[in-house]
Amino acid sequence: MADLSTNFVGIKSPNPFWLASAPPTDKEYNVRRAFEAGWGGVVWKTLGEEGPPIVNVNGPRYGVIHGADRRVLGINNIELITDRPLQTNLDEMARVKRDFPDRALIASIMVPCEEHAWKAILPRVEDTGCDGIELNFGCPHGMSERGMGSAVGQVPEYIQMVAEWCKAYTYLPVIVKLTPNITDIRYPARAAKRGGADAVSLINTISSITSVNLDTMSPEPSIDGKGSHGGYCGPAVKPIALNMVAEIARDDETRGLPISGIGGVTTWRDAAEFLSLGAGSVQVCTAAMVYGFGIIKEMTAGLSDWMDEKGYTSVSKVTGRAVPNVTDWQYLNLNFVTKARIDQDLCIKCGRCYAACEDTSHQAIAINPGRVFEVKDDECVACNLCIDVCPVEDCITMERLAPGTVDPRTGRRVEANYANWTTHPNNPMSKAAE
Amino acid sequence: MSNTPRTPGVVPGRLDRDALSLNFGDLHPPLDDHEAMVAADRCYFCFDAPCVTACPTSIDIPLFIRQIQADNPGGAAKTIFEANILGGMCARVCPTEQLCEEACVREAAEGRPVQIGRLQRYATDTLMAAGVHPFTRAAPTGKRIAVVGAGPAGLACAHRLALHGHDVVMFDAKEKPGGLNEYGIASYKTVEGFAQAEVEWLMQIGGIELRTGQRLGHELTLDDLRGEYDAVFLGVGLAGVNALRTEGEEHAHVRDAVDFIGELRQSPDLTRMAVGRDVVVIGGGMTAVDAAVQSKLLGAESVTLVYRRGREAMSASSFEQDLAASKGVRIISGAAPVRLIGDAHVAGVEFAYTQDGPDGLRLSDETFTLKADQVLKAIGQHLDGVPGGLDLEGLKIAVQGPGRTSVPGVWAGGDCARGGDDLTVTAVKEGRDAAEDIHALLSRAGR
Ligand SMILES: Cc1cc2nc3c(=O)[nH]c(=O)nc-3n(C[C@H](O)[C@H](O)[C@H](O)COP(=O)(O)OP(=O)(O)OC[C@H]3O[C@@H](n4cnc5c(N)ncnc54)[C@H](O)[C@@H]3O)c2cc1C
Ligand SMILES: Cc1cc2nc3c(=O)[nH]c(=O)nc-3n(C[C@H](O)[C@H](O)[C@H](O)COP(=O)(O)O)c2cc1C
Ligand code: SF4
Ligand code: SF4
Ligand code: SF4
Repeated sequence: MADLSTNFVGIKSPNPFWLASAPPTDKEYNVRRAFEAGWGGVVWKTLGEEGPPIVNVNGPRYGVIHGADRRVLGINNIELITDRPLQTNLDEMARVKRDFPDRALIASIMVPCEEHAWKAILPRVEDTGCDGIELNFGCPHGMSERGMGSAVGQVPEYIQMVAEWCKAYTYLPVIVKLTPNITDIRYPARAAKRGGADAVSLINTISSITSVNLDTMSPEPSIDGKGSHGGYCGPAVKPIALNMVAEIARDDETRGLPISGIGGVTTWRDAAEFLSLGAGSVQVCTAAMVYGFGIIKEMTAGLSDWMDEKGYTSVSKVTGRAVPNVTDWQYLNLNFVTKARIDQDLCIKCGRCYAACEDTSHQAIAINPGRVFEVKDDECVACNLCIDVCPVEDCITMERLAPGTVDPRTGRRVEANYANWTTHPNNPMSKAAE
Repeated sequence: MSNTPRTPGVVPGRLDRDALSLNFGDLHPPLDDHEAMVAADRCYFCFDAPCVTACPTSIDIPLFIRQIQADNPGGAAKTIFEANILGGMCARVCPTEQLCEEACVREAAEGRPVQIGRLQRYATDTLMAAGVHPFTRAAPTGKRIAVVGAGPAGLACAHRLALHGHDVVMFDAKEKPGGLNEYGIASYKTVEGFAQAEVEWLMQIGGIELRTGQRLGHELTLDDLRGEYDAVFLGVGLAGVNALRTEGEEHAHVRDAVDFIGELRQSPDLTRMAVGRDVVVIGGGMTAVDAAVQSKLLGAESVTLVYRRGREAMSASSFEQDLAASKGVRIISGAAPVRLIGDAHVAGVEFAYTQDGPDGLRLSDETFTLKADQVLKAIGQHLDGVPGGLDLEGLKIAVQGPGRTSVPGVWAGGDCARGGDDLTVTAVKEGRDAAEDIHALLSRAGR
């Protein structure tokens, strides 16, 4: 049996699945139930500074995007950080940590961008016995307008500065949570590293409007006829998060910086993907909000079974496995020539592949008598669209043309060697010798 | 082939081999990967899910379906087997329309439940086909337990005890283990020798010794077992068959439906299995339906199932009744046999319509006669050959809590024990729970 236990920058947990700082980790009651269900750790709902607590809206705070059968694909929210008194949260954190010493408990913090504010809160957080802190530089709404959250996360200098303060005022590991609401995620990540942060976590939510009520002309969620942009999360954001994680994992400056992967993790497979792209732990919010804490059983069992099957004995053996295979476009092998292949036994003759290819791609699928759909090799550019739209798993597959055969589309022989754009004759900047 | 459905008498080979193998193929063919994905996608992962409550073994259904969704059918199978080691058989034979699927919220929403049974089969088949037994025994405890009866109750009990490190000797009167899984369940529910394959797979846990041809009351006595073992579990089912007590019952070709089914299940070649041209089945339960349907599938020209009460009182589910109807079985309800007609062989059955009155069911004066060259009796089984000293309740072994009988150190479960429906899945639950109770007691005693 694979060992799921995780040591992430000194923070130990029995499995790499943590609940992200959000409503699931809002209070002692939830967190106890989460730990009882089997979660490895929690990042407590973000704490603010001492004083009158934050107020939330009193109407709907979530918008949603549904897939077929009302499956939740994405949620957006206009919730702020914790709206309960700081001391209440700290007391609860201490009690939970005492009762669940083997689980990871991380304090998420967002206070104004002033040294004294951080200096004031850190010792009180340490007193809870928690295992680490996460700096919330992420929330795109509400707090950012007050100069916190993503307003800080979008300015690398601020990130570095706050990280430095935290490293100076606490012995606890410091994780910087990054906002995706920025053009190039590597800049804030580098800043976190320069500031001495032990790790980064990402992504926080993405600025978004999920829908507009066309009767009232108000964005959703609508508060008395008005709406505000919120933060988007859930399965829909996973691809964005994976890319950002990979960018940090393979950047020369931040390579090796521990990453806690967040964004759309719903099943063990999502988690394994984050790990493979360089994450050492994963955090989950939306999936727990949609299905409840019980999903942890699927996640741990699935990850463990998969690791056993692949012979990975520990989580650290998975972390970063796929990173060497993430490269820039210009280094992709242009001699890798494939063609789509339709398995006639599996095909149900819906014609989606045909519509997609005929109308929007390369007119490379023939519709033969009896609705027999066939790929025309002399037209197929192997774009993958037909595979993406086919409703039957594995009905259309990509097959590589063996080196030496002629690609009927180009009339050229497929070369066995690897060759990329940097050496391509059409490239004006080609470094080709000849 | 000389015989046809119209050949008179009880004869084999009414249908040719191809027709028979088509008829006795899988009732619900397994889901393929694509079908399983589509079916699994419909599950909502309900909180405190009603389907789980409705499953006698409380399989974590939302979890195992989520594991299928997440492309981990092997993990799904483990989830199933943790609660129900005969999850493979149950996936085939459970009347899901009365259990989990009846309770599924999508039955309420759309009249179309999640296909829990077939998804369960998809998961368990995947793991069993890979030859994987997902459990390992605990360290040996040195305790020895006798399990009498290798049906679902006995098998579930033996496996759970072995898992906890106890040594189990499992006795059965018959030649093969499996109980009614092997000798009773309709062929088309458990094709291709699944019952034996499942027992072999289950025994991979180790620590279970099977001794067949050992009948309690003949080769074995309860006193000897109690003396020799640390605990005894009785899962002997219902070995006795109820008689009609009707004139003419002794005619040839009047036979117990369970025997007929047992012979059919053991028949290596269905072209040699004899069946009447006009078959009358008396009874209203699963056995009656199975006997009727299988007679029809063997090629009987006409099969009539006659039940003494109204259709709603039949213990065979509406799904089973519809299955019978779809195979061409005629169902007559509200009539009871008064006389079996014939000379050497049975030739017909005279029935009287019944009336439900204040003092129970009464026969009316209105009668009718059905032509019959074979009559199958399926009016129930009863406990048979149970050693004295055990308290009975309502003709079954009285038990308290997880199967404790009135005799210390002796547990009972499955059809032979009081309580619960007579279903495979209930037998599994009772065997499992008795094992946990035995284990708890022995662990305490051993300390
Ligand atoms: C025809 C038929 C069809 C059925 N179809 C279904 C169905 O589709 N779905 C469903 O859920 N349920 C069905 N059932 C009910 C189900 O088969 C039983 O509820 C279940 O098998 C009970 O399990 P058990 O272990 O208690 O008993 P059994 O399966 O009866 O096993 C008892 C075992 O004990 C052995 N034994 C008996 N007496 C002795 C003795 N004195 N000494 C030693 N060994 C002994 C027997 O040989 C047998 O192996 C059906 C039953 C019948 C008869
Ligand atoms: C309602 C809601 C409130 C959130 N509040 C916080 C917060 O207080 N602090 C924080 O760092 N992230 C917060 N998040 C962001 C999540 O922690 C997480 O980064 C994000 O939802 C992406 O993960 P997911 O796709 O698993 O939901 C919140 C998310 C939601 C949905
Ligand atoms: S989920 Fe609970 S708190 Fe939220 S709107 Fe529904 S009932 Fe109210
Ligand atoms: S989309 Fe798939 S199933 Fe539909 S016609 Fe094309 S190959 Fe066949
Ligand atoms: S009741 Fe139906 S939808 Fe709900 S968990 Fe069970 S199978 Fe899934």
